[in-house]
Amino acid sequence: MKKDDLAYWRATLRLLGIMLAIWLFVSIGLSIVLAPLLNGIKMGGYPLGFWFAQQGSIFTFIALIFIYAYLIGKIDHKFDVHEE
Amino acid sequence: MSLQLTTYIIVGLSFLLYLVIAVWARAKTTNDYYVAGGNVGPITNGMATAAGWMSAASFISMAGMIANMGYGGAVYLMGWTGGYVLLAMLLAPYLRKFGKFTVPHFFRDRYYSKTAALIAILCLLTASLTYIIGQMTGVGIAFSRFVGVSSEVGIYLGMAIVFAYAVFGGQKGITYTQVAQFIVMTIAFLIPAIFISFQLTGNPIPHLGLGSQLKGTDVALLERLNKVVTDLGFREYTTATAGSTLNMVLFTLSLMIGTAGLPHVIMRFFTVSSVKAARISAGWTLLFIAILYTTAPAVGAMAKYNLHRTVTPGTETNISIFEPNAHLEGAKRPDWMKRWEKTGLLTWDDKNKDGRIQYYNEKSEDAVFLNNAEGAGWKGNELAVNADIIVLANPEIAMLPGWVIALVAAGGLAAALSTAAGLLIAISSSISHDLVKGMLYPNLSDKKELFIGKITMAVSIVIAGWLGLHPPGFAAQTVALAFGIAASSLFPALMMGIFNKKMNKQGAIAGMLFGLGVTLFYVFAHKGIFFIQGTSFTHLFGGDNFFFGIVPEAIGAFGALVNFVVAAIVVRFTPAPPELIQALVEGVRLPRGTTKLRGH
Repeated sequence: MKKDDLAYWRATLRLLGIMLAIWLFVSIGLSIVLAPLLNGIKMGGYPLGFWFAQQGSIFTFIALIFIYAYLIGKIDHKFDVHEE
Repeated sequence: MSLQLTTYIIVGLSFLLYLVIAVWARAKTTNDYYVAGGNVGPITNGMATAAGWMSAASFISMAGMIANMGYGGAVYLMGWTGGYVLLAMLLAPYLRKFGKFTVPHFFRDRYYSKTAALIAILCLLTASLTYIIGQMTGVGIAFSRFVGVSSEVGIYLGMAIVFAYAVFGGQKGITYTQVAQFIVMTIAFLIPAIFISFQLTGNPIPHLGLGSQLKGTDVALLERLNKVVTDLGFREYTTATAGSTLNMVLFTLSLMIGTAGLPHVIMRFFTVSSVKAARISAGWTLLFIAILYTTAPAVGAMAKYNLHRTVTPGTETNISIFEPNAHLEGAKRPDWMKRWEKTGLLTWDDKNKDGRIQYYNEKSEDAVFLNNAEGAGWKGNELAVNADIIVLANPEIAMLPGWVIALVAAGGLAAALSTAAGLLIAISSSISHDLVKGMLYPNLSDKKELFIGKITMAVSIVIAGWLGLHPPGFAAQTVALAFGIAASSLFPALMMGIFNKKMNKQGAIAGMLFGLGVTLFYVFAHKGIFFIQGTSFTHLFGGDNFFFGIVPEAIGAFGALVNFVVAAIVVRFTPAPPELIQALVEGVRLPRGTTKLRGH
């Protein structure tokens, strides 16, 4: 791989690592493992753990994808590998 | 106007719309047929993919499943949405850059092996065929429930409609009809949800309504629901888990990884014009899916609350649940109950002959509760409620006009047909493009391949229809298999194909076979070898869920782990992939140079 291409790939992997860590944390962490703990906090009429599991996790997934698309677009431009 | 006539008109109009689109979106080249011309806009693609994803089960059964499971229903909510994050970031952009028509084609090229391609084709066909049985039977049921024809006639009608736009339009016809079907099913799902939320909480937005207080009180809906169900011996709604924590974790992961490995979903990202469009399209897809998926929890909880307070009005008062008049007199039950009893989705069996309906959890783990129930003269739960009724009867419970009910019928059909179409293009294209052209006649001209594509599509529709008319007894069990296969066999091989350029064909094949083996072993142990009744063998290993207490639907994630590990080991002892292949992988990782017209 050309040197710049390698740097591009490394930047990509870094971004993916962060995004997927958040994905895992919200879905498995907050919504399942920590849910009983979070249920002590109420968001209106929603126990927070329940809310994450049935609403918040899905909203987070959508945000993650759009944020990823935006950030990797910037990385594409930085390393000049973006599509014309 | 009678409900029947309204239903004919609305369902008929939706079908007319699909036919009009079918005529407009005829396919003229293999590029049209396999990837819809290759320049579908990301938002359009998002709607089409969302429709293809949301099946009859998502539309009709999911809200009911959540109503029954409570908090634990999150395994399906997250499991069937979280995978799109994996798709967006790990697969879609790279497979789009790769630029071919089908998933098995990637296997053939990346792993320079017809064996790898063949395994991929077999996985694809097994997963897609088992999945499609559910859609065809769903079409039959939706027709028989709403349109008043037999399910057989319903299946023939469904086949005819799909034939029109799928055979002549291929992925192009399918994509644009899916957009229409997305709009129909979303509106059909939202309208009753908005009404029921408004009636119960005063807030028309279901997502806010679910977290609100009941209208006219200062008690939160979920708090009241928790009290109602625990009074009746059920587990608390907001904390009821789906098995152990480990089971919930693995189940959710299995569904998420499986989603990202399903070929009929992955190939939806071959139809967009660029890598950038593939990423964004995944975001739009999930956003559109989420409209229904985040509304379903509200529909489930609110319909459940309505059902309980109708049948056990005592829960809204201070009288003890064990008083006779806390329970509705059977003779006074509302019309919608009597109507749905005729379909068999709802049955009342007055076991203690007291003329009242005792609807409670006779399998409660609360011994004190069961004791009190016995003392009050209850002789077993008297109301059997099929989960599907939650969505189907919702408009009637909320006393909405006939056209809303007709719209729900059209929505259920839209969901089943759109998913069936997505599966059909995956099945038929793997036969025409990967088997016929890929393995047998590599020099087939574009025109001839297009013709073969149409033939295989027609044959696939006939097979799917036949399976819908004669579903094997194990039909409902096999969707677990589809996700298990996708998670344990396809997803890891695809991911390694992109992220590990040293992964060779031996590693990939070994990984796929071992991952598949583990998954099939666990599923067959529970459901029977090849689903043959009576051949299950969990007793040999200590009984059901013998692997750390997890259910067979949750084994996919473990199968994926086995795949990765075996592949990593095998790759050490076998030759690295050819330089050409490693260069291919490096090229796939860079967005620049994405072609417009491709496939070969």
